[in-house]
Amino acid sequence: MSERNRELMNLIVVGMLTGLGFASVYIARQSEVSTASLSYAGFFFGLYLVAHTVARFTVPHADPYLLPIAALLTAVGLTEIYRLNPDDARKQAYWVVIAVAVFAGTLILLRRDYRELESYKYLFGIGAILLLVLPALPGIGSTVNGARLWVHAGPLRFQPGELAKLALIVFLAGYLREKREVIAQGRLKDLGPLLVIWGGAMLVLLETNDLGSGLLYFGIFLSMLYIATARFAYVIAGAVLFAIGSFGVYRISGHVRDRVDVWLHAFKYADSTGYQLVQARYSIAHGGFGGTGFGRGIFTQPGSSHTLIPYLNTDFIYAALAQEMGLIGVSALLLVYMVFIARGFRIALLTDDGFSKLLAAGLTFAFALQTFIIIGGILGLIPLTGITMPFVSYGGSSVVANFVLLAGLMLLSNRANAQRGETS
Amino acid sequence: MNKQVTRLAVAAIVLIAALIVGTTYWQTWATAGLADRQDNALVRVAQFTVDRGNIYASKGRVVLAKNVKRKVSGQSYYFRKYPNGYFAPHIVGYSTRNRSRAGIERSENDYLTGANGTISSVARRELDELKGVTVKGNDLYLTLDSRAQQVAVRALSGKCGAAVAIDPKTGRILAMASSPTFNPNVVEENFSAITRIRSAACSYSAPLLNRATQGLYPPGSTFKVVTAAAALDSGAVKPTSEFIDPGYCEEYGKRVSNAGNPEVGPEVFGTVTFAQGLQHSINSVFCNVGKKIGAGKILEYARRFGFETSPDLEVPADAQSPSGLYKKHKVFRPRHPEYQVDPGRLAFGQERMLVTPVQMAMVAATVANGGILMQPHLLDSVRAPNGDVVTRVKPHRVRRVISPRTAHELTQMMESVVTGGTATNLQMNGVRLAGKTGTAETGIANKYVTWFIAFAPAQAPKVAVAVALENQTGFGATTAGPIAKSLVEAILAEKANT
Repeated sequence: MSERNRELMNLIVVGMLTGLGFASVYIARQSEVSTASLSYAGFFFGLYLVAHTVARFTVPHADPYLLPIAALLTAVGLTEIYRLNPDDARKQAYWVVIAVAVFAGTLILLRRDYRELESYKYLFGIGAILLLVLPALPGIGSTVNGARLWVHAGPLRFQPGELAKLALIVFLAGYLREKREVIAQGRLKDLGPLLVIWGGAMLVLLETNDLGSGLLYFGIFLSMLYIATARFAYVIAGAVLFAIGSFGVYRISGHVRDRVDVWLHAFKYADSTGYQLVQARYSIAHGGFGGTGFGRGIFTQPGSSHTLIPYLNTDFIYAALAQEMGLIGVSALLLVYMVFIARGFRIALLTDDGFSKLLAAGLTFAFALQTFIIIGGILGLIPLTGITMPFVSYGGSSVVANFVLLAGLMLLSNRANAQRGETS
Repeated sequence: MNKQVTRLAVAAIVLIAALIVGTTYWQTWATAGLADRQDNALVRVAQFTVDRGNIYASKGRVVLAKNVKRKVSGQSYYFRKYPNGYFAPHIVGYSTRNRSRAGIERSENDYLTGANGTISSVARRELDELKGVTVKGNDLYLTLDSRAQQVAVRALSGKCGAAVAIDPKTGRILAMASSPTFNPNVVEENFSAITRIRSAACSYSAPLLNRATQGLYPPGSTFKVVTAAAALDSGAVKPTSEFIDPGYCEEYGKRVSNAGNPEVGPEVFGTVTFAQGLQHSINSVFCNVGKKIGAGKILEYARRFGFETSPDLEVPADAQSPSGLYKKHKVFRPRHPEYQVDPGRLAFGQERMLVTPVQMAMVAATVANGGILMQPHLLDSVRAPNGDVVTRVKPHRVRRVISPRTAHELTQMMESVVTGGTATNLQMNGVRLAGKTGTAETGIANKYVTWFIAFAPAQAPKVAVAVALENQTGFGATTAGPIAKSLVEAILAEKANT
């Protein structure tokens, strides 16, 4: 079976699962939601067929599991968002349409050779910095939940950090590919531009007060540096630097200090700063082994529309999923993430040039690390920071950025598989 | 580069695996602890989706707690209703959204929500959850007897205190009432109505307090039963042992006078037997007995009666206090009672000794039961929704406290209290009542805690009672006594019918 036919088969399975998900929400909450819920499943199946068709023409040899997995994760997220708030689900649906359009656009634009991007690496580097600075600018930037991450343009709100992440990976892939030998020798001169860009990014993060993104960007940076140079000492040195920097930020920023205190003693602050985290754990614990089932979880007081956990459908959607799907359900979900990550690294192994390897590994690791940072924060493995759960959380910028990431991985695998086919 | 990519891939997979491990922790190990936390609003809401078990008393004849089903946005919720709210609110407690739970509603929550019990009831609950069927909890049946309980509640109304009645052979608590009382139906909507309750009879109204299990009162002369048990059982004294009462007892070179005891006035009895000492509640006799056997011996027997430990009833642990010597609001267990405790005053119920009414009922019940203490209990049985008995509380023998001979001698002495001692006003028609009065000083002039502990019929006891009243000006025999007597009458009449 060809890659695309296999993808289609997988998508049909995902489509059926989506239908089941919406149907169970509908059954559990008949008085709250209308039969329109069932049309969501059909609508999304159609949408993914469009994406599939575009892929058939542009990237015929691409990995057949990536798109179905993205579709499955989006469907799980949308089902849960729909269950929590049907209005939000409608907005999210619009964003998914936009995201699929951007996905298709990226595939069409770069279908010949994505490696051209390498020539524009400095443009991507500067772009990443500009995107990160945007929310800090007065007038268009705004602070939500203690962090300046948002840009307002009329009725639209956007988190440019999500796209900055991708631009940064492209830059790093290009730059490290070019300089990897000299950097590996450890000459400070060649590390200079990297340090300058990194220092700028750190300052911006301090200004925007967002520790989670800081950890994410630094993790991406270190992982790609390691792949390029094979020098584990750099990873150690970088981690030490980050620890020192974090301690500095901890001392300066009250927002970050609160987050760390809550991380260490969540239950001590159960009525104040730790409320959200403690409630999230109650929610997860209530799910237990088998979960309550879609639509049957408890998120509000009887008759109230106000959720017990603030930001439930964005940062804390994992707490909602864990309650309704139980340990079995969310473990399966995390395994799906694992498969996506494994496929991503497989692409990195199959590609035959440095830029592609760095790009594939960088994109995949960014995806993995982001998943770890938000869920690990909720579970108390690391301090909590408000970033989104890839493909699942409510949030337009995140969905669009993740579909661009998906398009990138599919372009990479298309080329790798096509070449393998030629040589073998 | 592939080597590095592989390593990074392993690292990424490990990160996600760590998430699975973390989730497993919160969804298995931590669940019970989190669900028990009082601020867990989610579990509280969740339990309102459970058709909570009903609570009954008197073999199901009295409904104490049931549910009212209400649909809120498509989901059925079961809210609590207490049809006989004033019957035993201190025991039943309440289950609300805002103020969480109290009483049996809290301590037996697992049974009521079907979360505990036999394997089959847990399995049934899990199945119901899977099927999306409303989970039904188990019903509780309390040992309370409807007539006795109503008599106790009515007799205490307007007063401040508690009354307890126990079946001495089984430990079943037939009545347990505390006054002032409250209506559990208003806890959710109008809690301030409860905090506004004032009782003229009390110094502190505290209507939510279960005075039967939490009220700590000086026992006064009722404690002489414990001292007498210790003295007789250890062989130090016989009922016929003679004492010379000069009207006072000398301790540490000072006179402890009978005159301080308003029950008998400043009487001087001269030469009396030990039995007469109890009959007329003569302080000097007990003072000398205490000096003779020592505080350690008295406390040893008190412990055998259950002092210094929780009575271990089914109500929440923090709603029951141990009886004993108190120091800075804590039970004081002297290491060297011979010089840490004044034996003379302890012997007649002073000296920092504080007791709960349920403990004194246990003392009376032990004597009534031939010297064997039975575990008192409020729960009769737990039944599944289909009527199957999930568990039934069997009579449990705690220990032999005193020999049958001592119990018999004490019974005769306590009977003489009613036939010719301090409680002659409480004689019953055709029923031999054995009892002991108490009138304890509170430190405030003319304000006493008055007591009566009793059991009947003396030859074959069916009920043991203890009544304590705060802020009284009269004697134990005239204030607490009549309440205890009416309680005994109600229970004996009930037993005669069945």
